[in-house]
Amino acid sequence: MDLGFIIGQVFNGFSVASIYILAALGLALSFGLMRVINMAHGEILMVGSYVAYLTIALVPGPLGIFAAMIAAFAVAGLLGGVLEVTLVSRLTSRPLDTLLATWGVSLILQQAARDIFGATGVSVTAPAWLDHTILIGGQTLPVTRLFIMAVAVAVLGGLAAFLRSTRIGLLVRAVNQDRPTAAAMGVDVRRVDAAIFALGSGVAGIGGVVLALLGPVTPNVGQSYIVTAFLVVVLGGLGSTLGMTIAALMIGLFMALSQIFVDVSLAQVLSLLFVILFLQFRPQGVIAVRSRALDE
Amino acid sequence: MSPPPSRTLDPKAAIWLAALLLAIIAPFIVSAYNLNLIGRFLALSLTGMGLVLLWGEGGVLSLGQGVFFGLGGYVLAMHLKMADLGQGELPDFMTWSGVTKLPVWWAIFRSPVTAMLGILIVPTAFAVLFSWLMFRRRIGGTYFALITQALGLAFATLLISQQGLTGGFNGLTDYHTLFGLNLNLPSTTRALYWLTLLLVVLAYFGLRWLLASRFGTMLRAARDGSNRIRFLGYDPGPYKVVAFSVAAMLTGVSGALFTLHAGVISPALVGVVPSIEMVIWVAIGGRYSVLGAIAGTLIVNFAKDKISTALPELWLYALGGLFILAVTALPNGLAGFFGSDRWKRPALDETLARWRARKAVS
Repeated sequence: MDLGFIIGQVFNGFSVASIYILAALGLALSFGLMRVINMAHGEILMVGSYVAYLTIALVPGPLGIFAAMIAAFAVAGLLGGVLEVTLVSRLTSRPLDTLLATWGVSLILQQAARDIFGATGVSVTAPAWLDHTILIGGQTLPVTRLFIMAVAVAVLGGLAAFLRSTRIGLLVRAVNQDRPTAAAMGVDVRRVDAAIFALGSGVAGIGGVVLALLGPVTPNVGQSYIVTAFLVVVLGGLGSTLGMTIAALMIGLFMALSQIFVDVSLAQVLSLLFVILFLQFRPQGVIAVRSRALDE
Repeated sequence: MSPPPSRTLDPKAAIWLAALLLAIIAPFIVSAYNLNLIGRFLALSLTGMGLVLLWGEGGVLSLGQGVFFGLGGYVLAMHLKMADLGQGELPDFMTWSGVTKLPVWWAIFRSPVTAMLGILIVPTAFAVLFSWLMFRRRIGGTYFALITQALGLAFATLLISQQGLTGGFNGLTDYHTLFGLNLNLPSTTRALYWLTLLLVVLAYFGLRWLLASRFGTMLRAARDGSNRIRFLGYDPGPYKVVAFSVAAMLTGVSGALFTLHAGVISPALVGVVPSIEMVIWVAIGGRYSVLGAIAGTLIVNFAKDKISTALPELWLYALGGLFILAVTALPNGLAGFFGSDRWKRPALDETLARWRARKAVS
């Protein structure tokens, strides 16, 4: 087999994994805190994509993409915050019902996008400096893909710094480790929940901007990534950010490398099989949080 | 405390009996179009009943019931396709895709006997294997729901991609005979309707019996406190495997009956979106009530039929609203308005769920 082709697939794997990281980060953060999954997270990606479309139409220049990221982060974060306060925070004791209610939100957001922007896609013109390829080690690599990886690394780094060295980050880690004790110490756990939910949604907004660079923006653009993003969270283990990152790389590379041998739909089936088999050995996911509590 | 059982017929039972009588004579009073709709939706209500067992009583949410629905539906549709063919002929879509030989997993369903057995066995066997892998490692709750959703996606993608073997995106349609009977004759459609109704009634009493049995008690105990069950020396896993597999069997039969009434089975009926819609029928009807699930399936599907033909873009808003409403305002569904049967303890469920959620975040 051609070595260059394999290296190309590894590169593709990392690039797909970067998208999964941006899509699943918000899910993993709020799953770690509240044990709920937001099924409308894919539509928050979609909102980010449409914000990118609008912003780049308003701010054409080479820096339009960064303006789009800031705008998408703000809009998606706000949307996530509203969703948390009005719906999710009322249902945290019933995680399965949260899945259903947020699925309802996702249907409404999809249909709203269809009514506003039409069912056919709109396309975002990437700035000229992204629109070429470079040659590294005998491989022609699209700059867009490298840019996506850089965004994922920057977001992960920024988040780690935020959680490590800000006051809100400290509160988040406290609630994550021991919710009742943190509450007893006077931490307003509800506000921490809402803040993290909004932050995670903002990251998904940035993910949406990145998706807009790869193809047309449709009302279903989030759906095509979100089911795998859910699997990434499951594989990562109890909302651990590190576990989620490793899981995203595992699934991204597995999908890309299995496509050397089989077509893309079979690769999807195999990656699900891979997750199920992996969970046979580590049912807690990649990173298991040690706890003496009996119920997880 | 519930009052002691009396000999007289209580009003609720009288209403249901009247509804059943109406359903039996329906072929003589409603139009052929509406009869077909009722038949379809009654077929779907078997899926709903499976979810009452699995989700309401077992506390296990599956977002991948479409897989079992599809397995039952495709097994029957494969048989129907072959029933129309002469010796050595291939289904039309296979010829178009350049497939020259009938695959073995098609050929075994040529005989009506193996096809009927296949409808029962294929979804159930797959469910046993899948749920055993999950529950033996105690994977449940949100994890389980998300994995079943991925399963639904993988199943639909696989069906679409294997055009020459599964009919691809269009699915399997255009068949005319079952057991040598012409499916287009009014007498056949009427017989199919009664068969569906009979299966729904049988499934209802079967489930009532199952839920009232020792198995039902253990299943609810496993839902409300699996660790307590373990301390008492039981393994909750097998109870959930049985619940999942019985639900899958009902769903497979449901898919096969639906295929007969609708005349088509396709990936669009089995993927992620239809799978989660199946849950909303039960959420609206009442997840702890078998009758509620039947009623919920009929109500939601009739609403879908009426709204989506009149105002197509409104339906998704309505459906989204239903999801939100069902869990925030009506956690026990419509059945919650009609009192509770003796094994339903929603108030206790709620308390336990809150207690567990507080514990779980430590």
